[in-house]
Amino acid sequence: MAIDKPYLDVPGTTVFDAEQSRRGYWLNQFCMSLMKAENRERFKSDEAAYLDEWAMTPEQKQAVLDRDMNRMISLGGNIYFLAKIGATDGLSFQQMAASMTGVSEEEYRDMMVAGGRSPDGNRYVSEWQDDGGAP
Amino acid sequence: MSARITASVYTSHVPAIGAALDLGKTDEPYWRPLFAGYEDSKAWLADNTPDAIILVYNDHATAFSLEMIPTFAIGTAATFDVADEGWGPRPVPQVIGQPMLASHIAQSVIQQDFDLTIVNEMDVDHGLTVPLSLMCGQPDAWPCPIIPFAVNVVHYPVPSGRRCLNLGQAIRAAVESYDEDLNIQIWGTGGMSHQLQGPRAGLINSDFDQAFLDDLIASPSELADKPHVDYVREAGSEGIELVMWLIARGAMADLAGGRPPTVRHRFYHVPASNTAVGHLILEN
Repeated sequence: MAIDKPYLDVPGTTVFDAEQSRRGYWLNQFCMSLMKAENRERFKSDEAAYLDEWAMTPEQKQAVLDRDMNRMISLGGNIYFLAKIGATDGLSFQQMAASMTGVSEEEYRDMMVAGGRSPDGNRYVSEWQDDGGAP
Repeated sequence: MSARITASVYTSHVPAIGAALDLGKTDEPYWRPLFAGYEDSKAWLADNTPDAIILVYNDHATAFSLEMIPTFAIGTAATFDVADEGWGPRPVPQVIGQPMLASHIAQSVIQQDFDLTIVNEMDVDHGLTVPLSLMCGQPDAWPCPIIPFAVNVVHYPVPSGRRCLNLGQAIRAAVESYDEDLNIQIWGTGGMSHQLQGPRAGLINSDFDQAFLDDLIASPSELADKPHVDYVREAGSEGIELVMWLIARGAMADLAGGRPPTVRHRFYHVPASNTAVGHLILEN
């Protein structure tokens, strides 16, 4: 029997399950290495060379270089691991989250101050398909 | 004479709250209402300082990488260092453990059929230190020993609400079988509604959160049946952290045939960064 994944029917959301974990193992373990200050320095001084020390796919390395967090997540990254990259760049969780939503940091912050993104219209994949897939 | 659980505390553990404290931003208009909601709680904790706190939280890819992922882990060390999560370690006191009680809880709970992982060495992240900061402010030392109790809510499969509530009951039994007159609190942390990832990031569901607080107080056993997908859909992908509140709730007297708890404090605020902040103090 396949693993039941009811969470696949939640739009704009990737649950970090066994499949994602397998896909992103080395991407996430690279992120863990950034918890050491000396590794953050080595990474910043030559990002591509540092990434080549890890058994990551070319797509994963490019997504890191591009700081494309949605792409990193689709390639198996988990937000709490990826946050180490943001921390290395001096970003907050809010700046990282905003970067995934297609709006500016200021617009995202304003949305949160106004009460956040409503669950209405954001519960099922079908609700996003009806209006073209944008949040 | 035995140890007893006198109260449970519930709070979100948003990293930006720790950063606001550490960087002296608590008086800024954005943060003032949030910290105001904890003023009474700080006074309450100062008046009701326990002999130890069992602090239920989740590790955020800090002590546990993908190499191994314990579902439930109890810290039995004498001390726990504050982790460098990538921004450098928070400037907060080292965490002092309670190895004797922690080891007793491990033995008792494992023999009640919960397979805990015993951790003798780990750094603790914002999941553990932010609740302490909210409840204690910025002291030179935390007011009592802490037993870190880490729950995996990052890497699926994560434990069910029912399993968490039952675990809380087992922890209560463990504490009450400890042969020393100790006043123990148990804290459940994380949540409330929030999503940190993907195009749906920023989801907040105040109706869900308020209903969760109501049910946590009055009908925890029914709340324990809520499936994971409801948390993800209604409270955001990181809202799943709320299952940890059921561990603390399960340790309260009413779930062992005693009286319902007294609600000492209830607070709710949106936002702290990406997150809805909820907070409860329940006394036995």
